[in-house]
Amino acid sequence: MMKTLVACALSALMLTTAAAQERFITVASTTSTQDSGLFSHLLPLFKAKTGIEVKVIAQGTGQALDTGRRGDADVLFVHAKPQEEEFVAQGFGIERFDVMYNDFVLIGPASDPAGIKGGKDIAAALTKIQSQGAAFVSRGDKSGTHAAELALWKEAGVDLAAKRGPWYREIGQGMGAALNTAKAMEAYVLADRGTWISFKNKEGLSVAIEGDRRLFNQYGVIMVNPAKHSWVKTEPGKAFMDYLLSAEGQSAIASYKIEGQQLFFPNAKR
Amino acid sequence: MAAGTSAWQLIITGDPTLYAIVFLSLKVSLTAVLIAGLFGLPLGALIAFTSFPGRGALVVLINAFMGLPPVVVGLCVYLALSRSGPLGAMGLLFTPTAMIIAQAILITPIIAALARQTIEDLWSEYRNEMLAMGVSRLRCLTALLYDARVSLFTALLAGFGRAAAEVGAVMIVGGNIEGFTRTMTTAIALETSKGDMAMAMGLGLMLIAIVIAINASTWILSSITKSRMG
Repeated sequence: MMKTLVACALSALMLTTAAAQERFITVASTTSTQDSGLFSHLLPLFKAKTGIEVKVIAQGTGQALDTGRRGDADVLFVHAKPQEEEFVAQGFGIERFDVMYNDFVLIGPASDPAGIKGGKDIAAALTKIQSQGAAFVSRGDKSGTHAAELALWKEAGVDLAAKRGPWYREIGQGMGAALNTAKAMEAYVLADRGTWISFKNKEGLSVAIEGDRRLFNQYGVIMVNPAKHSWVKTEPGKAFMDYLLSAEGQSAIASYKIEGQQLFFPNAKR
Repeated sequence: MAAGTSAWQLIITGDPTLYAIVFLSLKVSLTAVLIAGLFGLPLGALIAFTSFPGRGALVVLINAFMGLPPVVVGLCVYLALSRSGPLGAMGLLFTPTAMIIAQAILITPIIAALARQTIEDLWSEYRNEMLAMGVSRLRCLTALLYDARVSLFTALLAGFGRAAAEVGAVMIVGGNIEGFTRTMTTAIALETSKGDMAMAMGLGLMLIAIVIAINASTWILSSITKSRMG
């Protein structure tokens, strides 16, 4: 009886796996590259050129690196350079390449309770938010944006461990969810510009601080090391990385615009 | 799905991406119900019909597992199917199969618990008469199963409802990959995070409409069978 059941269950499963035999790679990436629509623009171009399908799992950078560490992705496309370099140094990735950049922006309620709008100094703005106890939403999910936010607090000389209070709201969710929360709570939030431009629920929110060079946001691409995980699809994975870093891929990234605004700026070095 | 269009436009114009998402949701959840039914119904019947030490504890456990948190089931299946996990060699993580496995685990206790309760209630009602008439145990079971068929079907529907509605498990084990593992619920979560509340709400209403349609058609089917059987 049990054997028949298991056999039935397995054959039902086989039916669903049989369709998945075409050429594909799995890319663990960040919510910003997906939510901004960049992948919907880029991947059809890559597939038309090479026939390789790219399956994207959008996670925070920390989680994406962990997915790579477990061997559940072939290529990583993320934005937290120190963590990426550590990933490569530990032998989980082969080599890391710069692909593109954009910048972070500090988003705040239109009423601007901390009175920081229009400034250029992110450190001064964060200090002011903390000293006035204005609501601030943190991603709190070990994403690239979260890592950048923590580095900026450090830069501002605010010791979060000591100054943390009801004003600092760590939500542990993606960029879009953080923007939705900031809107509902009339709070400030650090966002990558790509997600901000493409975000559709902006009403009541606006850019408070932009243009500080410390808000630079670099994206990189890494192949998961097949020496650690033998099943990594190195050949199609390399094709994807080569495309991103090629003149053609770089100009495809530059050509992605929403309402006339360019979201990502290619800066591959080769 | 193209930006700037509403959910209604997508439905009316027959947007292929949207229909692929709906189709995948139904395929995953219905397959999960099929598998959970294959395990859950016999398990429920077996417990209802037998007595053994620890039976009470097993009943409590299965009843409690009706409330298994999807995100915990998702995490367990993720760790099992991950390349670094015990079943990693099968390469099933981030596939529809992984989603079916997670949902089947999630709803097997629901189907088993409801089936057990239904059959046990009927059995305690007819037990003495049937045994006095000298009906064999096996014959008793088939008679009870037939008598309880509508209730058992409702148990399957409850399982389907749970499977179609959950997002925590499929998000973790499926990865919400466009055109491959994106279901109605993960698409709704994604559109919400993009701030496209209109699209998210449209997809949500569509999901509810589909679940109502499935329940309505099974209700009609069961009324027809009932009236035929007199």
